[in-house]
Amino acid sequence: MTFFSHLKKVAIATAFVLGATAVHADEQYFPLQSYRVGPYAAGGTGFFGGFIDYLNLINIRDGGVNGVKLTWSEGETQYEVEKGVEVYERLKSNPGIAAWNPLSVGIAYAMIDRITDDKVPLITINHGRTDTTDGRVFPYVFPLLLNPYSETSGIVNYIASKEGSLDKLKGKKIVVLYHGSPYGKETIPIYELLAQKYGFELSQIEVPHPGNEQQAQWLTIRRERPDYVVLRGWGVMNPVALKTAQKTGFPADHIVGNVWSNSEEDVIPAGDAAKGYTAITTQASGEQYSVVQEIVKTIYGAGKGNLEDKGRIGSVYHNLGIVNGILNVEAVRIAQAKFGNRTLTGDEVRWGFEHLKLDPARVAALGAKDLFHSINVSWDNHEGDGYVTFQQWDGKKWNVVSDWIAPDWKLLRPIIEKSSEAYAKEKGIKIRTAEDAEAVVSN
Amino acid sequence: MSYYDFLFAIEVLVGGLLSGVMYSLVAIGFVLIYKTSGVLNFAQGSMVLFAALTFVSLVERGIPFALSLLITFAVMVALGFTIERIVLRPLVNRSPMTLFMATLGLSYIIEGAAQLMWGTQVHGLDLGIDDTPFEVGGILISSFDLLAAGIAAAMVAGLSAFFYWTRIGLAFRAVADDQFAALAVGLRLPRIWGTVWTAAGFVALVAGLLWGARLGVQFSLSLIVLKALPVLVLGGFDSILGAIVGGLIIGASEKLAEVYLGPFVGGGIEGWFAYALALVVLLVRPSGLFGQKTVERV
Repeated sequence: MTFFSHLKKVAIATAFVLGATAVHADEQYFPLQSYRVGPYAAGGTGFFGGFIDYLNLINIRDGGVNGVKLTWSEGETQYEVEKGVEVYERLKSNPGIAAWNPLSVGIAYAMIDRITDDKVPLITINHGRTDTTDGRVFPYVFPLLLNPYSETSGIVNYIASKEGSLDKLKGKKIVVLYHGSPYGKETIPIYELLAQKYGFELSQIEVPHPGNEQQAQWLTIRRERPDYVVLRGWGVMNPVALKTAQKTGFPADHIVGNVWSNSEEDVIPAGDAAKGYTAITTQASGEQYSVVQEIVKTIYGAGKGNLEDKGRIGSVYHNLGIVNGILNVEAVRIAQAKFGNRTLTGDEVRWGFEHLKLDPARVAALGAKDLFHSINVSWDNHEGDGYVTFQQWDGKKWNVVSDWIAPDWKLLRPIIEKSSEAYAKEKGIKIRTAEDAEAVVSN
Repeated sequence: MSYYDFLFAIEVLVGGLLSGVMYSLVAIGFVLIYKTSGVLNFAQGSMVLFAALTFVSLVERGIPFALSLLITFAVMVALGFTIERIVLRPLVNRSPMTLFMATLGLSYIIEGAAQLMWGTQVHGLDLGIDDTPFEVGGILISSFDLLAAGIAAAMVAGLSAFFYWTRIGLAFRAVADDQFAALAVGLRLPRIWGTVWTAAGFVALVAGLLWGARLGVQFSLSLIVLKALPVLVLGGFDSILGAIVGGLIIGASEKLAEVYLGPFVGGGIEGWFAYALALVVLLVRPSGLFGQKTVERV
């Protein structure tokens, strides 16, 4: 991004902020706590770029959602919690807020109580705390498509499929290399549970933040001689893990990355060391999907694309942003079918999310066939049973190397409920019923 | 301890020593500035990021490797003199804390400017150095780390020669010993400081290339200062030899601690172990192992 193009972006963002403060009837507003500078800017520009590109597509191609125009404005967080909260405070008074989408575990944690009071949905696609899946306790939080426990189960199921079946995991050795943060540690008990259930030997090794030095960890891994290493990394930890694996002679094709270790930004800096590395994803990368093609033609063709570098269209984060856009827009559409084609309240959009059911046929109709599988959100299941797939890096691009795989939701649900009920008890929260979920605040 | 365990311990030790050399590379940049101006330059990490990002962005725009290197060095020289002119000169005779805060602010400005100029994307940096390991007596050694250690050693030798056998080096040492006495004999401090910042820029460029090839060129490069700080505390802020020895001790001890102590305390200890070690040294020898002891008349 050049200096002048950056200035242009600031000017456009300012214009949107000014415009957004004067929301007219029939507008639905998305406050965006984006991060376009700072250590995680590469992910932020991709994700928010894809999200905005999709919102733009709906406005330009369809004239909005059933005539309701979509608006948004951005506030820079640099992925810092205090700045994320500051942006929340600044934007929360704008009328017609549909949902918050911070794409940050820390910011999302800080907002849970606030958005619950506001009665506005908080979307944490592919991340967030696992027990927010339980809509009985967390009515306004939606870890759509994939929570960390489902991710863990999906990875173990994939490794089992490589070995032949779940039975073949018995006696295998798996090392989980995790980021030294609450995010990294969240899946420790689930890996232990699955190791007990399937009989594989497990070792979990922490890498201190930020993870730019991993010699000791990989030498330990070399000594343990595992069959697979699961990489639960973030940021600079990922390329360093791949490079250090190469230095210590561990093959990249036996490393499986989690959902925050699966982007181009994680593998390009590692160069040849990343060739053969595989990672989980909820959405495929690439430009070949109809909806991405439409964005290229309609949005970028008109010079309104959000990504500065067109080479990033169809990248992992860009496509995640597009899928996030689809889920937000469809929730609004579903809510409109019940409450009318007008500006909805946050609680009405919450109802829309709780009825967000997109089967493969509907996904195909939206132009996203093979981009993602499906989603089936309900009032008490806020994740929506997302399927996962695995992609392998060939040195230039990701290639899908598995079918869509279902995590073991039945196994995980009781653990999630135990955690969420403990949270409810601690906070004195009344557990919702289906009838409670149908009661909607309309203004 | 079995023979295999013994080999493993040696491997951890060697890996740690090689990592330590990489920490020393960053620490040397701090030492150069502190030695001659008494400023703890917190912006050294940002300078590493700025140098690496400038270099890789030029290469990606099709400019040949050698020319990119030359242009980046020229940019670092310009940056060094600009910092001296705009930030340091107006703050002459201010307290060390004021100067430290100025470099802290400078750090954020350089980081922001780097991203503003070259964008926020993550870049791979291939220096053409093979990074596959080779085996010596059952111990795997990284060829890249070994070469990096060689480059660091060459740079230390070059800087030492520069300090001891050139007139400007002599002037540096004079300024380091006593700024007022240096002024009294006619040395021009602004020019010397500008040159020192240029030298620190050169060190940042070398460190940026080597660390960039290791981590990728991305914002996190600026965080490597966190690895250099305990090295400085341990080795002394004004000793190049201290930066090298401190780096080796920190690198080796944090790796050994992670492998052998980590499992007893839940792992992930190398992030703070280096600081704990530095703290112990600070309590025993406040000026570090090789730092100059200061005696103040009161």
